[in-house]
Amino acid sequence: MSKLAPTPGQTVGPFYGYALPFTKDNELLAPGSPGSIRLQGTVYDGAGNTIPDAILEIWQPDSEGNIVQRTGSLVRDGYTFTGWGRGSVGNSGVYTFTTVNPGPTKPGAAAFISVAVFARGLMNRLFTRVYLPENEEALANDPLLSSLDPERRKTLIARRDPDGGLTWDIRLQGGDETVFLDFQQDGSLDNSVGNNQDAPA
Amino acid sequence: MPQDQTVQQLESEELVPPAEPHAAHDSKKVETQADLSAEIQAIGDRYAQALKNGKGPETMPRLDYSPYRSSILRHPTKSLHHADPETIELYSPAFGHQDVHALESDLTIQHNGEPQGERIIVAGRVLDGDGRPVAGQLVEIWQANASGRYIHKRDQHPAPLDPNFTGVGRCITGTDGSYSFTTIKPGAYPWKNHLNAWRPAHIHFSMFGSEFTQRIVTQMYFPGDQLFPLDPIYQSIVDQDARDRLVAQYDHELTSPEWALGYKWDIILTGSKRTWTENEAYGDAGDEE
Repeated sequence: MSKLAPTPGQTVGPFYGYALPFTKDNELLAPGSPGSIRLQGTVYDGAGNTIPDAILEIWQPDSEGNIVQRTGSLVRDGYTFTGWGRGSVGNSGVYTFTTVNPGPTKPGAAAFISVAVFARGLMNRLFTRVYLPENEEALANDPLLSSLDPERRKTLIARRDPDGGLTWDIRLQGGDETVFLDFQQDGSLDNSVGNNQDAPA
Repeated sequence: MPQDQTVQQLESEELVPPAEPHAAHDSKKVETQADLSAEIQAIGDRYAQALKNGKGPETMPRLDYSPYRSSILRHPTKSLHHADPETIELYSPAFGHQDVHALESDLTIQHNGEPQGERIIVAGRVLDGDGRPVAGQLVEIWQANASGRYIHKRDQHPAPLDPNFTGVGRCITGTDGSYSFTTIKPGAYPWKNHLNAWRPAHIHFSMFGSEFTQRIVTQMYFPGDQLFPLDPIYQSIVDQDARDRLVAQYDHELTSPEWALGYKWDIILTGSKRTWTENEAYGDAGDEE
């Protein structure tokens, strides 16, 4: 357990749009280049409305399952795959990344992309994962997915598009709410949801 | 460059409605600060009681914090699912001097003239939960200008833009986890959460750790701000000690004579789980310009 108390997060707010985006932020490699795919989806709120002011980050291994440690994400040279990208949703709540299918980091492991979600009105970032849909055996053996009931598990698995891309929507709230993750080992830190006793009367 | 990005952003967002519309609650009644303060107080009172009853202190903002109206439909209602970080999550993307120019940490030299306002230095260290420096990592900031106006088109506060201030900066932490920005003290600004809602002056900070699970976006505040008790975003952190961790300290040692006042603010990331190796403290070698 950590010795120092962590600094709290705060909402990204409404005005990140002139600060966090940068040129080719959502292009982990050039669109149309060999092996490139589109990862896209829509971000929804609890009423089923699209959210026009969310920003996502993805972090993933390369197509061989290697975890890349190369600089150059902010000033992309068009050739170096860094594994990290940032993408703002548009006015219709749709995000798009150009990336590669992540490889499994161990033989037989389920391949996934790590995702951080930020939005106006979202008090702290949320972590989640998006899994490739194909390897059913690997998905069945995945420690996280196998700890979820089937309805919730579905929210973490992308749909393969006819063009080879991936579609994966994010629902911040509701019956089909995306599974969001708490990585704190002692379970005491990111405990800020479900405080229903504090709902105003 | 941030300036180019700003132009693109301004053009592409002409049609976007103003920020923080009266959404998520359809009440026709105009909500006042007194209404909001009563809600904030009630939640604070219940938290104080829970502490007395032996509940451990909270360290993070509540995702479910209805006084910030825009959060009502944007927070998960199911508990976060515990997961052990695996593979990619135990690493962080690498950033270096290819990504960030040294001059990007000075927000007062991005244009031809000097920006208006009180020049300040904001500096500190990025540390993990064990106090180890987070070296060679990206820090990004953005903020309003001295009059409380963001350059973002969605900001319709009728305060002047400053042609000499964009309000965006970046740097890479040093081997000791240190960062430093030279900027202008931002002004408080009004927003539409409720009638007469004002945000305390703040600087948005975005940091990476040595693991992706340490990723944090937050806001740094200035000591003694009279708006703290009134602000639903600051108060979404219900624990006073935790809130205090977002407030920088005036530091006369950091103040530059006849130039700029200094504020010190350290950031503690959530604890690192991966075994630490000594060479990480030297950041990313081999990325010289």
